[in-house]
Amino acid sequence: MKKLKLFSEAILEATECMLEIDKNVILIGLGVPDPKGIFGTTTNLQEKFGEDRVFDCPISENSVTGIVIGAALNGFKPIITHQRVEFSLLSIDQIFTQAAKWSYMTAGAQHLPIVIRLIIGRGWGQGPQHSQSLFSMFAHIPGLKVVAPSNPSDAKGLLIASIKDKNPVVFFEHRWLHSVTGYVPEDEYEVTIGKSNLYKEGEDITIVSYSYMFIECIKVAEFFELHGIKIELIDLRSLRPLDCDPIITSVKKTKNLIVVDNDWISYGIAAEIVARVSENCGNILETNPQRVGIEEVPIPSTRALARYVYPSQGKIIEAIIKQLNLTGIEIPEAEYNLSIDKSDIPNQNFKGPF
Amino acid sequence: MSTESYLKLYREILRIRIVEETISKKYPEGKMRCPVHLSIGQEAPPVGICANLTVTDQIVSAHRSHAHYLAKGGGLNPMIAELYGKKTGCAKGVGGSMHLIAPEMGMIAAVPIVGSSIPIAVGLAWGNKLSNNGKVTAVFFGDGAIEEGSFHESLNFAALHSLPILFVCENNNFSVYTSFEKRQSTKRKIYDIAVAHGIKSTYTEGNNVFEVAELANEATTFIRNEKAPFFMELSTFRHLEHCGPANDDNLSYRNQEYVDSWMKKDPILIAEDILIAKNILNKELILQLRHEIEAECEIAFQFAEDSEFPEKEDLYKNLYI
Repeated sequence: MKKLKLFSEAILEATECMLEIDKNVILIGLGVPDPKGIFGTTTNLQEKFGEDRVFDCPISENSVTGIVIGAALNGFKPIITHQRVEFSLLSIDQIFTQAAKWSYMTAGAQHLPIVIRLIIGRGWGQGPQHSQSLFSMFAHIPGLKVVAPSNPSDAKGLLIASIKDKNPVVFFEHRWLHSVTGYVPEDEYEVTIGKSNLYKEGEDITIVSYSYMFIECIKVAEFFELHGIKIELIDLRSLRPLDCDPIITSVKKTKNLIVVDNDWISYGIAAEIVARVSENCGNILETNPQRVGIEEVPIPSTRALARYVYPSQGKIIEAIIKQLNLTGIEIPEAEYNLSIDKSDIPNQNFKGPF
Repeated sequence: MSTESYLKLYREILRIRIVEETISKKYPEGKMRCPVHLSIGQEAPPVGICANLTVTDQIVSAHRSHAHYLAKGGGLNPMIAELYGKKTGCAKGVGGSMHLIAPEMGMIAAVPIVGSSIPIAVGLAWGNKLSNNGKVTAVFFGDGAIEEGSFHESLNFAALHSLPILFVCENNNFSVYTSFEKRQSTKRKIYDIAVAHGIKSTYTEGNNVFEVAELANEATTFIRNEKAPFFMELSTFRHLEHCGPANDDNLSYRNQEYVDSWMKKDPILIAEDILIAKNILNKELILQLRHEIEAECEIAFQFAEDSEFPEKEDLYKNLYI
């Protein structure tokens, strides 16, 4: 049985499901029990599971992360949330230097079943300190698993898998995905960490993306379908471990590759994929692979500039036209290059402020 | 305190109130597209403290920075233009509400990552001490910042080096929707933490701007004479939601009795009662001041509306200097 659900509801459902079936699962984060419930992802969980399982917390990111490590060592399976990825940066010592090393440096004697939920901000003037897309930084660290779902069904399955996993898992949510809907199975299920999704088959070019930008890539593929260009679309879903074989198989078929990143391009996820493809099948590529991502500046608050920073459908279409040397395809301006007041919101109902 | 000083302090809190109320009213138009943390109800600490600072003295604020920026002398036109994302904004639109600056007036920075502002302010004070320039730095933060490690580390450093800095904790008892007793031990007071670091410390209710100004006078005199840090905890109350233009008491996260008791202690009402009793203020003068400020606001919002957005070629400006 599947029901149409918001991405945020899928996260709530996964969390509720795991709190129900495993008494060692606990949830902590700034604002978890408050009236807004982390954008609707933790609503009423404290009422249902009690103040001994679902917690608010002091604004003490580094220590609270260390504290959940301690609780995990004593048998609990904590989920910790941050309403913006930036807030987690105060706890990088505990995430990178402690949690990511623990299982390895104790020769497997101890392990840390922790989930760290990180929300990436975008739009409505969030500005330089509330909208960094720091996916690759976390994916760089061996010892962490990193997932970044693009739709409600994957969000539920990956969160359940993350909570069940014995290792620290960083679970990325893009703020613009919270209001996206999709069909979500009612029951408990897992989406395997480390498995990508071949979303759509095609012969002409392989497009790889993840998280919010994958939604934009689907629309781009639909646009090219009308022009007889068949795009093969791969949703990474997991950033570490990275499921590279399906990408290589795909590129061997299409012989063309574009990676659409949600992050700055330099030293990023797209760079990693292009590198692996080059190492494995660089000689069969018909065109130079391209990376599409965020301009290499901090995100400006004003929408007048932020609109140029992010990858858009228009930019992806342009990249494909250039790479495949296509002629006679007009990009409908209004739809694919959004106006200034549409470029900084996920949908017309969004009125800010956060 | 002279009549002139009384009126100046009153006018400044009234000015901030009217500016913030105008932002709250116009925000739903969808032209100020950035998160805003309004200072309504919390005007007295910024005004009372900045009244005791010179133009060259320095301040650092956090996410709720509008009142500090205005109290330190930041221009209204560039502030509103910044909220509109225009290139005439105080940070040319790239900062938004959470990054107001007016370096020429000593408004050095607003840092919206909780607690991260405090060591930066301590660094300003350290620099001022090393340069022996006599400047005082004031850093404003909320009760939530006390929970960050950097707060405690910064107090230690300021005490260790005997730095000319005023720590100002504006305690509004809430971190977004979470009340103080759900986040911090009630077995100690915030201002006692500073005492434990060897920093002279004081506490008062922070909604009487005249009282705050007098206490800040003592504090800044101490800092200038003794060349040592000082800590003030001022309790206060935010009228509206943590972030955004609206009142959200319909969500019942603060009980009505608590809200009512603080609304009776609104800094504007307190100041008006005191000044009317002293025959310094009357209804006509209040109206006259309101009209002046409303006219100033109208000009500022029109300025923001009329200003240009930055252009594409501005995108990479200032990434490196």
